[in-house]
Amino acid sequence: MLEMKKITRRCGKINPLSIEDFMATDGYEMLKKAIKMDKIAIIEEVEKSYLRGRGGAGFPVAIKMKGLAKEIATPKYMICNADEGEPGNFKDRYLMENDPHQIIEGMIIVAYATQANQGYIYIRGEYDNAINIMKWTIEQARKNHFLGKNILGCDFDFDIEVRSGAGSYVCGEEFALIESLEGKPGRTRVKPPFPTQKGLFNQPTLINNVETFANIPFIVDIGGQAYAKIGTPSSTGTKLISLSGNVKHKGVYEVPFGTPIIDVINKLGGGIANNRKLKMVQLGGACGPIIPEYMLDMVIDYERFEEFESKTGAGAIIVIDNRFDMFDILLRIVEFFAHESCGKCTPCREGHIQLANLIKKFINCEATIKDLISLESLARVMHQTSLCGLGQSSPTSIIATLRYFRDEYLDRIESSDMIKGEGK
Amino acid sequence: MVLHEILKQYPRTEDSLIEILLAYQAEKKDHFISNEEIAEIAQYVQTTESKVCSVLSFYTFFSNKPRGRYIIYVCKDVPCYVNESANIVRTLERLLGIKVGETTPNKMFTLEYASCLGYCNQAPAMRIDGKTYTDLNPDKVKAIISEYRGKQNA
Amino acid sequence: MIHLKINNIDLVVEENTTILNAAKACNIKIPTLCYYPDLNIKSDCRICVVEIVGQKGLVPSCSTIVREGMEIKTNSPRVLNARRTITELLLSNHDANCTACVKNMNCELQSLANKLGIDQNRFPSVLERHPIDDNNPAIVRNPNRCIKCGRCIDVCKNIQGMNVLENMNRGHDMVITPAYGKYLSDDLCVFCGQCASVCPVAAITEKDETDHVWKELHDPNKHVIVQIAPAIRVSLGEEIGKKPGSIVTGKIVSALRLLGFDRVFDTDFTADLTIIEEGNELIHRITTGGILPMMTSCCPGWISFVEQRYPEIIDHISTCKSPQQMFGALAKSYYAKKENIDLDNLVVVSIMPCTAKKYEAKRSEMSVDGKHQDVDIVLTTRELGKMIRQMGIDFESLPEEDFDNPFGITTGAAAIFGATGGVMEAALRTVSEIVNQKPLENINFTEVRGLQGIKEAEVTLGDAKIKVAVAHTLANAKQLAEQVKNKTSPYTFIEIMTCPGGCIGGGGQSYGTTNRIRQQRIDATYHVDETLTIRKSHENPAIQSIYNDFLEKPLSKVSHKLLHTHYHSRKNSEGSN
Repeated sequence: MLEMKKITRRCGKINPLSIEDFMATDGYEMLKKAIKMDKIAIIEEVEKSYLRGRGGAGFPVAIKMKGLAKEIATPKYMICNADEGEPGNFKDRYLMENDPHQIIEGMIIVAYATQANQGYIYIRGEYDNAINIMKWTIEQARKNHFLGKNILGCDFDFDIEVRSGAGSYVCGEEFALIESLEGKPGRTRVKPPFPTQKGLFNQPTLINNVETFANIPFIVDIGGQAYAKIGTPSSTGTKLISLSGNVKHKGVYEVPFGTPIIDVINKLGGGIANNRKLKMVQLGGACGPIIPEYMLDMVIDYERFEEFESKTGAGAIIVIDNRFDMFDILLRIVEFFAHESCGKCTPCREGHIQLANLIKKFINCEATIKDLISLESLARVMHQTSLCGLGQSSPTSIIATLRYFRDEYLDRIESSDMIKGEGK
Repeated sequence: MVLHEILKQYPRTEDSLIEILLAYQAEKKDHFISNEEIAEIAQYVQTTESKVCSVLSFYTFFSNKPRGRYIIYVCKDVPCYVNESANIVRTLERLLGIKVGETTPNKMFTLEYASCLGYCNQAPAMRIDGKTYTDLNPDKVKAIISEYRGKQNA
Repeated sequence: MIHLKINNIDLVVEENTTILNAAKACNIKIPTLCYYPDLNIKSDCRICVVEIVGQKGLVPSCSTIVREGMEIKTNSPRVLNARRTITELLLSNHDANCTACVKNMNCELQSLANKLGIDQNRFPSVLERHPIDDNNPAIVRNPNRCIKCGRCIDVCKNIQGMNVLENMNRGHDMVITPAYGKYLSDDLCVFCGQCASVCPVAAITEKDETDHVWKELHDPNKHVIVQIAPAIRVSLGEEIGKKPGSIVTGKIVSALRLLGFDRVFDTDFTADLTIIEEGNELIHRITTGGILPMMTSCCPGWISFVEQRYPEIIDHISTCKSPQQMFGALAKSYYAKKENIDLDNLVVVSIMPCTAKKYEAKRSEMSVDGKHQDVDIVLTTRELGKMIRQMGIDFESLPEEDFDNPFGITTGAAAIFGATGGVMEAALRTVSEIVNQKPLENINFTEVRGLQGIKEAEVTLGDAKIKVAVAHTLANAKQLAEQVKNKTSPYTFIEIMTCPGGCIGGGGQSYGTTNRIRQQRIDATYHVDETLTIRKSHENPAIQSIYNDFLEKPLSKVSHKLLHTHYHSRKNSEGSN
């Protein structure tokens, strides 16, 4: 069995709008268990589980929880980052639309353990359905005393508010999100201080992805040690993979870390559609590397992704067949980031348009070796000097293709030379 | 609802700004916030007009210029692109007689590109009036546009 | 203490030191661009990035705190390449026509490109031209030169509390403009020029009127007179390369004569006059139950602020014109008549540390005869420096000369107008002596001196003790204005200066002003005061003469006509706050 449905076990099997369905399948049982535990014990279980953030950065969740728990300033905030805007990703939407209470349960457990007072779910504005479902879910949870004052009869008050984004991918970055919640443009802040010290309204804030919170009840259930046995030593547990592109069966698949990419594509995705040939695969999202077929036996694992100098654990796999020109793909990626850049720092604000212009030269068969060098250099500088994750990871696809598809660049330059020669 | 009725529902603090803009713009047929409305909102949330302009111009959803009754957002990112979204764009441009970024002369439709809508498993996708349409093909698109045209005439 | 290595040099620095400051300890000044001392650290230009051994990305040295054992390389090939690339990116979206730019040779982007040895740009220009905002008398905005460092927004929002300028749009389309992309106008901007004084390039500058002045100076029919503000004598030296706080009064007079001015006068004279008029106005309000607290009126930025945002407290403001405008009024009446000069041929120029004074001079009320503006042209300190350089004057070798009479004799009280608290102290020196009918034991009111945002003092006037307050920057002024508006102000007299540090921190001063430099200029100001024989305005014999000859007495009909004015609400109908 390639799939391991732990977080997605209820998806498609229950009515997501029914709290009764949720509770009939052990829903809120883990909250009841957690509330009887010591707060510190809960954090210890998360630490033992080595759960890492599922939004893309892969930061160990326990460190954030400890960071928030030790802050004494009140109020303390908790934010669920549901601004899923990374192209190729739809797993958070899947979780919100199919098992919304699980996310809430996870948030409440973490709030209890870290003594957070108020929670927010920041959902991208385009997810109209998910916004309505989460609002309804929270109301249901409140009616059943899982949110509000004296939760489950304990001295623990916590409530959650749903907030909508307004069409800005960069608001998925933690400080940009916080700025957005504060009613400002989504431009990130200088770090340090980090959100757990000074976050929303300059108060201690913990912010994590939808899938991350969805894992919490499962960890409370089987314990951190057992959780850590799933997956690989550096990447424990399961990962929801958003599979899309030119495969037969696009969708969300939950697999343990350590699963080879090719297995997801072929065994779960049914392989390339329409008998075409696989040309390349983008991992993680638009901010991720593009790799060739011969690398597809690589396993899904944070450390392996680190080798591409990017933190791309959001888990998308975008399969692209050989109808498509690599440079067209790269241009779309660059134009996405150019459109979504907040404009605060120089490399990202001014760099994307130059990257796009250079890629266009390759598309138009006008590129020279000098352009190749400029492209590589600029991509590296943007990657190394941008202020936030957007600018740091947007050139990853270019950097990766320069490594793994260098021939295509060189071929295109040669044909530019040939065209110029013909013009003489 | 008129602007001041919407404003009353929110606390008079800057962090209400985006929610107010979302709520109010959704009410307006031409989906935009005028200069006078910006000033009124600024005064309500007790901030400067420049701040409201800054927020409004940052987020894709908001506009300071009138737009069509229905804004069609078509995704153009890679997962939709490799599922032939370019075809969908061409179909829409033909059907509506406008290019992306433009509004039809009868002010009924505005055609815009959207960044990835998050429906890559049902690509290609587009979003109109708060509803996302997926697994598109030219025929489906024609049917959807007819439906909207019918609504307007009704 | 933290032990670290920078470029293989061992260092020990205090905890919480940034890499930028730590590098200074080993004599390295890491190149920066958006960084500005005393303003918020933005970390967005990314020029100051450095390499930390063992870390993949480069980090900004302005905001990264050193950690124990860090090994930093400030100039590795990776770092150099990054800095060059970023500078080239900036240049690719910048109107880099340097030789046709007012900041040529005085531009931080130019210096940076030069420092980094940039001799080519790999990136083609992607500049999309926006119109230049030239619509007001004081400030010019050229968006085609903006490098989005954000300093102007920071100073306008956080120091002045005005938030006139903001980032609009995002990504490459991001521009910095007022609300609605409008031009700067007098219903939302006070023209304090703080934005211009921190702009590293020529995206925001003062409106340059030097050519206009040259034209008048070379017109044989014109009689061109000039007045210089109190702050100029302790500031102009910086334009000529002297250290901040150099007192160069006599040389300035000399230079102005060389430039071709027919007479060189001192605004300090009318500063003394302001004290007499305003001091008597205060006493009058106190003794006849007039509107209190009274607030000073010599700062045009403050006046605009009140007219735009607090029109309900207009009646609290003194009706006195500023020293600049009192001078202009006297020049175009008393002086013109005395010297028998046709008003059509009389040109009054003032040298101010201030950009808002350009706006003030053009106000319709500032015309005694309704035909000629009392002050024709205002030049900033920077513009005067420019004229001196244009003419090739060797400033250092100039002799010390004296101002012309009748507007040349002044006092220490006038000299301190340039510092925050100076107007208050000058007023108190006179008001105390008039009311208490005896000389002050100590004329130094040190409680109102210094860079603290709001200062208070208690003063005995006759039988009563009154409280006075001094504020500088509009963010601080707002607090006092709120109190006055809500009728909860405990003060009797309030001095407000828009610019940090007072006029010596004005928007027209030499570039690179920091709190340290402000303090140096302030120290020089009080030094000038101490070295003058007459230190109280009412003891100025030239002032006594002008009352005898012309004005009759303080608050007389003549005084009211020439030296006083009224303000009006400019709150726009949209009612922004």
